[in-house]
Amino acid sequence: MKIPVTIAFLFLIAFTIQAKKIVVSDNSLARVIASAKAGDTIWIKPGIYKTGNLLVTKSLVIIGEGLPTIDGEYKYEIFTVNVKNVTIKGLRLINTGTSSTLDYAAIKATGADDLKVIDNILINAYFGIHISNTSGAQIIGNKISRAQAASETAVGNAIHLWKSNHALIERNQVSGHRDGIYFEFVTNSVIKNNHSEKNMRYGLHFMFSNEDQYIENEFVNNGAGVAVMYSYAVNMIRNLFANNWGSSAYGLLLKDMRDSEVINNRFLNNTMGIYMEGSSRINFTKNEFSGNGYAIRMQASCDGNVFDQNNFEANTFDIATNGTMVLNKMEKNYWDKYEGYDLNKDGLGDTSYHPVNLYSMIVERVPVAILLWRSFMVFLIDRAEKNLPAITPENLLDSKPSMKPYDLLAKSN
Amino acid sequence: MTRMLKYVLQDVLRARFVLFYMVFMMAVTTILFQLDSDPAKVVMSLLNVVLLVVPLVSIVFTTIHYFNSYEFILLLMAQPINRKSVFLSQYAGVASSLCLSLLIGIGLPALAFGAATQVLPLINVGLFLTCIFVSLGFLASSLTRDKAKAIGIALLFWFYFTLIYDGILLWVIYAFNDYPLETPTLILTSLNPVDLARIMMLLSMDISALMGYTGAFFKDFFGSGFGILFSFAMMGLWVMWPLLLALRRFKKNDL
Repeated sequence: MKIPVTIAFLFLIAFTIQAKKIVVSDNSLARVIASAKAGDTIWIKPGIYKTGNLLVTKSLVIIGEGLPTIDGEYKYEIFTVNVKNVTIKGLRLINTGTSSTLDYAAIKATGADDLKVIDNILINAYFGIHISNTSGAQIIGNKISRAQAASETAVGNAIHLWKSNHALIERNQVSGHRDGIYFEFVTNSVIKNNHSEKNMRYGLHFMFSNEDQYIENEFVNNGAGVAVMYSYAVNMIRNLFANNWGSSAYGLLLKDMRDSEVINNRFLNNTMGIYMEGSSRINFTKNEFSGNGYAIRMQASCDGNVFDQNNFEANTFDIATNGTMVLNKMEKNYWDKYEGYDLNKDGLGDTSYHPVNLYSMIVERVPVAILLWRSFMVFLIDRAEKNLPAITPENLLDSKPSMKPYDLLAKSN
Repeated sequence: MTRMLKYVLQDVLRARFVLFYMVFMMAVTTILFQLDSDPAKVVMSLLNVVLLVVPLVSIVFTTIHYFNSYEFILLLMAQPINRKSVFLSQYAGVASSLCLSLLIGIGLPALAFGAATQVLPLINVGLFLTCIFVSLGFLASSLTRDKAKAIGIALLFWFYFTLIYDGILLWVIYAFNDYPLETPTLILTSLNPVDLARIMMLLSMDISALMGYTGAFFKDFFGSGFGILFSFAMMGLWVMWPLLLALRRFKKNDL
C-alpha cells in the first residue's frame, strides 16, 4: 500500500521542481509568457513594459515586484486570460485601448476558474477587470481609477462579472468608471469591504444575480447610486449608501427583487434612500435613513416587504408611494416626525404613525406640484391630513413606532 | 427730502415697534441656531419665518404707520413741498427702517454663529419681500381713507399672496395635470413675489435635486444669467408697480 503513495509523492515533487520561477526585467515579457509552462511563476521586476496584448493560455502565477507598470498605450487590451488557475498580483496596469465594439480590459478573463487578481493598481482602463464564464474568481485589494470620461458610453465598468459563480470581490477601491462593480448572471458570490466612489452610473450594478451577498461596502457619490435588479436571495448587510445626489440618483434601487435581506445599512444624504419597484418579501431591518430627500419611495407594485426597527431621521419625506393599496408591513421603526406619546412606558408609541405625507402623494401624481413645497398652504393641508387622513393610504402605518432612535452604529461595530 | 426722511425715521423709531421686530427676529434666529448646528437646516426653518412674518409685519406696520402719521402728512401738504417727495420720503423711511431691523435681526446672530454666507441669500430675499410688502401697504392705505378698512385690505393682500394664490396655483396644476406645465407654472409663480422668493431660496439649496425634472427645469432657468436677471427684475417690478400706483392715487386724491 505504501509504494503507490510514495510514487505519487515523488511525482508531486518532480512536478513542483519542474515549475520554474522566471524573472523578467525587459520587454521579453510577452515572449516569456508565451513560452512558460503551466505552473511557472513569472516574476516581473520594476520598470515600464510596453508589450502589447499579453495572452495567458497556461496556468501561471504572474507577480510584480515593486509595482511594475504595464502600459497598454491606449491601443491594447493588457492581459487576456482564458485558462484556469491564473494569479495576477502586484502590477500597475495603465492605459488600455478603447473600442466601441470590443470590451478592452486591463485584465479580461474567460473561463478562467479560480483566477486570482490581487493588489493591482489599474489606471485609465476602459474596462478594469472583465470576467466571464468563471467559477471561483478572487478579486482582492485592487485600486481601479480613471480620468473623467466624456460620457457614460465612453467608458466601461471597473469590475465586470458576467455568468460566473462563487466569486469573491474584496477590499477593492473603484472610481471614475461607468459602473463600479457590475454583476450579471453571477451567483453565490460575495462582495465585501469595497469602496465605490464617483462612478458615472452605478456604484454597484446587479442583475439576474441570485444568492449573493454584499457586506460592509461603501457606495458614495455615484451618478445614480446602486441598482439591484431582477434577482432573489440577495443579502445586503452593513453597507453605506451616501451622497448619491441628483435628479435621478438613488441610494439603492430595487427593481423586481424578491426574498432578500437589507440589514444594518446606512442611507445618508441621498435624493432617494431606497427606490423600489415590483419588489416582494424583502426584510429591511435596523437600517439608518438620515438626511435623504425621500427615505423610501415605494411603488404600489411592491408587496410583502417588512420594515422593522429602522431609524428615520431628518428626511424630507419618509415614505412616498403612488397607490392606496398597502401590502407591506412596518413596525417598531423610529420616526423623528412622530408626535405621539407613550403612556405605558414600553418604549413604543401608543398611537400609530402615518409616514406618508399628503404632499408626497400629490407630488407623486403631479410632479410639478413640488414647486409649492414649503409653501404655507401646503403646510396647512398637510396638518389637516395628518389629523384626518382622507387621501393618504390609511393602512400604511407604523402601529408601534419606537419613541427613541435605535443605536444602530454600536451594533455594526 | 432728506430732512423729511429724518423726521419719518424719527417717527418710526419712536413707535418702538421696529425695535421690537428686530429683537423678535434676533431671538428667533438665535434660538434656531441653538437648536440645530447645521446652518442649512436653520436657513430652511428661517425661510418659513421670512416668508410668513416679514410680509405680514411689513404690510400691517406700513398701513398703521401711514394712518398714524396722516396728520403729519397733512401738515406737510400745507408747506410748499410736492406730494411726490412727501410720499417717497414716507416710503423710504418705513422701508429702510424695516430692512435695517431685518438685516440686523437675522444678520447679527448669523454672524455670531459663523453662518453669514449661508443666510445671505435669505436676507436678500427678505429685503426684497420687505420692500414689496411696504409698497403694497402704501397701496392698501391709498385705496381707502378708513384705517380699519385699510388694515383689512392689507391683511387680504397678505392672505392672497401667502395662502390663496398657492391654493389657486395648486388647483391649476392639478386641473391641467395632463399638459406640460413647466412654462405656465414658471410664469404663474413669478406673478407672486412670495412664491418667487420661496423658489429662489429652494433652488439655491440642495433640495432642488428632490424636485426631479421640474426642479431641473427651474434650476436651469433660474441658474442661468437670464434667469437671475429675470427674477431680480420681477422682484423689482413687484416693488415698483404698487408703489407707483399708490403714488398716483396719493397725488390725485383729496387728502
